[in-house]
Amino acid sequence: MSADFLLELRCEEIPARMQAKASEELARLFSEKLAEAGLKAARLTSYVTPRRLALIAHDLPLATEAVSEEYKGPRTSAPAQALEGFLRKTGLTQDQLEDRDGVWFALVEKPGRATTDVLAEAIPAMIRAFSWPKSMRWGEASLSTESLRWVRPLQGIVALLGDDIVSFAIEDFKAGRTTVGHRFHSSGEIVIERASTYVEQLRAAYVIVDQAERRATIESRASVLASEAGLDLIPDAGLVAENAGLTEWPVPLLGRFDPAFLDVPPEVIQLTLRINQKYFVLRDKAGALANAFICTANIEARDGGAAIVAGNGKVLAARLSDARFFWEQDKKTSLAVHAQKLSRITFHEKLGTVADKVERVAKLAEWLASEGIVPGCDPALARQAAELAKADLVTEMVGEFPELQGLMGGYYARAEGLPDAVADAIRDHYKPVGQGDEVPTAPVTVAVALADKLDSIAQFFQANLKPTGSKDPFGLRRSALGALAIIVHNGLRLHLDVAVAVALPNKQPLETPVWGQQDILDFFADRLKVQQREAGVRHDLIDAVFALGGEDDLVRLLSRVHALQHFITTEDGANLLAGYKRAANILKKERPENGKATSQAGEEDPGAALTDPKIADAMRVHDTLPPAYVLEPAEAALVAALDAAEPRAEQAVVAERFEEAMAALATLRGPIDTFFDDVTVNDPDPTKREARLNLLTRIRAAVHKVADFSKIEG
Amino acid sequence: MPDNASTPLSFQQLILTLHDYWAARGCVILQPFDMRVGAGTFHPATTLRSLGPDPWNCAYVQPSRRPTDGRYGENPNRLQHYYQYQVIMKPSPPDLQELYLGSLAAIGIDPLVHDIRFVEDDWESPTLGAWGLGWEVWCDGMEVTQFTYFQQMGGYDCKPVTGELTYGLERLAMYIQGKDSVYDLIFNDAVADRPAVTYGDVFLENERQLSKWNFEVADTDKLFRWFKDAEAECQASIAAGVPLAAYEQAIEASHIFNLLQARGVISVQERASYMGRVRDLAKGSCEAWMAHNGWAE
Repeated sequence: MSADFLLELRCEEIPARMQAKASEELARLFSEKLAEAGLKAARLTSYVTPRRLALIAHDLPLATEAVSEEYKGPRTSAPAQALEGFLRKTGLTQDQLEDRDGVWFALVEKPGRATTDVLAEAIPAMIRAFSWPKSMRWGEASLSTESLRWVRPLQGIVALLGDDIVSFAIEDFKAGRTTVGHRFHSSGEIVIERASTYVEQLRAAYVIVDQAERRATIESRASVLASEAGLDLIPDAGLVAENAGLTEWPVPLLGRFDPAFLDVPPEVIQLTLRINQKYFVLRDKAGALANAFICTANIEARDGGAAIVAGNGKVLAARLSDARFFWEQDKKTSLAVHAQKLSRITFHEKLGTVADKVERVAKLAEWLASEGIVPGCDPALARQAAELAKADLVTEMVGEFPELQGLMGGYYARAEGLPDAVADAIRDHYKPVGQGDEVPTAPVTVAVALADKLDSIAQFFQANLKPTGSKDPFGLRRSALGALAIIVHNGLRLHLDVAVAVALPNKQPLETPVWGQQDILDFFADRLKVQQREAGVRHDLIDAVFALGGEDDLVRLLSRVHALQHFITTEDGANLLAGYKRAANILKKERPENGKATSQAGEEDPGAALTDPKIADAMRVHDTLPPAYVLEPAEAALVAALDAAEPRAEQAVVAERFEEAMAALATLRGPIDTFFDDVTVNDPDPTKREARLNLLTRIRAAVHKVADFSKIEG
Repeated sequence: MPDNASTPLSFQQLILTLHDYWAARGCVILQPFDMRVGAGTFHPATTLRSLGPDPWNCAYVQPSRRPTDGRYGENPNRLQHYYQYQVIMKPSPPDLQELYLGSLAAIGIDPLVHDIRFVEDDWESPTLGAWGLGWEVWCDGMEVTQFTYFQQMGGYDCKPVTGELTYGLERLAMYIQGKDSVYDLIFNDAVADRPAVTYGDVFLENERQLSKWNFEVADTDKLFRWFKDAEAECQASIAAGVPLAAYEQAIEASHIFNLLQARGVISVQERASYMGRVRDLAKGSCEAWMAHNGWAE
């Protein structure tokens, strides 16, 4: 025996942006509560409109199953009180107990519960447990702050199992079978018969309860309107969803605006339409923005929508006149004059004004250009673009539409006849904003965009305003990712350490950039790991290269990581890693003091001790072995291989030919394998044992010229 | 339905219609508060009456001053002085949305011809230590009303919650009368040989002169001094146990601050500190009012 269950929670208009999550939350809570009672529906269907959250649980059993549980009681020989206690607990009499080998057992039958009772308990609990991003109290009940909270005032509850009401109440709301239809197209109450009639009964009352259907209606109708007008709709799934969340009976309507407004940059018009008015934007067949809009009404208007289109057109015209006024007004003043006002805007109380920042960025951009770090960049243009890059912040247009920062500066720069390279740099210097955003490649843009980000990071770190935990109020992590993307994408050869020193001229004289800003570089290292991980690079390989330390040229560092990633997947690479691990494990066991010493020495820079040529020389102990000591063939072969591979690897690393360095190491693989096959490291002769352990140390040191293989997993 | 009628409501008829409508729903029809305020919410009939447990239903027109919005009478949509129509119902009735829609019908807006929508817009007033949830009500894409359920006022939870409706009267009238400029609004209808007057006839010169005063003439040294005086007077009144008087001085300080803003003499950093001072005055007055009535916990 099963039936469909319908729940509708009706309230005043739910914000569009909260509807999808709320619908999921309702289904999740419902499944959880039912599962607790041992119930499960064949499937759940969720609906949401601005005024109702609904859910249909299909084929819900009408009762939970009866269960029998067995309880173990006292021994039959136990005192009478123990037996009495057990009988009380189980609610049975002694003759219902079973004697199994001198122990009382009770079989308690628990009958199934009616699903309607389960629901009557579960639904009020669900409503109270529901979590909205923001919720409120209302009405008389709100005399107490403990009153029921909902996203907006709750209006009614429908709860039907099969043909019957599931009866419960929460505060003043009694579950029933009546709801209401469309706010204006339907009047009076609608009596819902059962779950299966819900969708159609509401459709008859001008409510499309299925959000997907409303979205589809909006999309298809808007496309038809566009093509009837000979235009193309610019797709915008977010806007479709938002309009579906604002309507129960969506009716897209097409209107026009004065083509004279098309003088205003298209991005401004689009923003006005989409963000302020939630209208769809259209293009003509040539791809240019059309002087048309599509709004989505919530009614089948009696006049076919003429008044609605006229009204919306008027509101739009007022907004576009404002935008045009700003555009004309802003153009009357040159960016250089606008930029003077930046000295009145505080960038951050500890970091001076925006004008101060602009001057720092200009210097840094000029330096990046004149040092040749950004190839092909004219230092004068870099400075000019940087000096004007923030000027649009004081324009009327950006005051009205902050999201147009940069873009408007680009337009104004072009309008006053500045070089394209400068205008482009002003327009794009905030890029890349987040993953997937376009990374600048034009030299002047690259210089300004990188300088802007490096300056922010260096300055905020210096003021001790670095990101902590989940808090990154100044978006420095994003700035760092942006800077890294620019450096890596353009292959810029830049010593971050030096750049940071240039960005902080008061802190570090240019001549002595000696890892003075370690925390900034660590911060970049962390971001690089995040970025590379997302690009599919194994994090242990990044660690293996980072562990060497001393590297602040990201291009070089990444090319080493990439070579390593490739090498490690070859057979030679995998075997070398196995041989290395074997050597390292023996060393760890036999020479713990050695390992410790290394790690202590390497505290600051773990690779330094091993790559230091003096230490490496000291390890070439076989040179100073007693003459009586005769190398076994496998030892001799390994020594020869090391003698050949080490300088090759070293030279290749210096020349940044990392594939070649790996290839040099690969030659060690055979000799290492043979060494382990033929030679016992733990020879009873302490001289031999020492010599062989030294050889292992040397293997490790050789490998560490390329990467710290101990960080590599597998 | 007057929507189809030959003459739409004049500006004053719009106000009178709303008065009749809300009076018939049990609201006390108050007159404007006699001080310069930035919005109808500042009227003590909203701010202070939304505190405490007593029921309260009222409606009033409140002239509102926004010095920075002054445009010397040259912008058809922006004014430094305009009217808000404010309805306060406490506790918020269960049919507040229906009551509101009824008022739109009363002033001639047919919801089967015009597209009425409730679009999320939460309200927060840092200077009043207040917030609420609600919507801006759109009529054919234009915001005509702010609809809010107060959750906190003066830092106190609203027990019970007050429902607040704030109509932008000039916008509504422009919509109903189909005017593109606020100055072309018909203020009243001609009667016999007494002609109709426009909004411009009444207010255009005020906008010109007051914009000039707000932006150019007002003596900023005096404004700074008045701010300090109002602040001191507010604090003294709180100490003297007259919170209603203290609240008036808080309103005064708030308006002087708005004037200082319009003159551009308050830097970004100072701005936050001034807002904090106004908030302290408003919250202090609310606290004293709560204590005076024995509502403070």
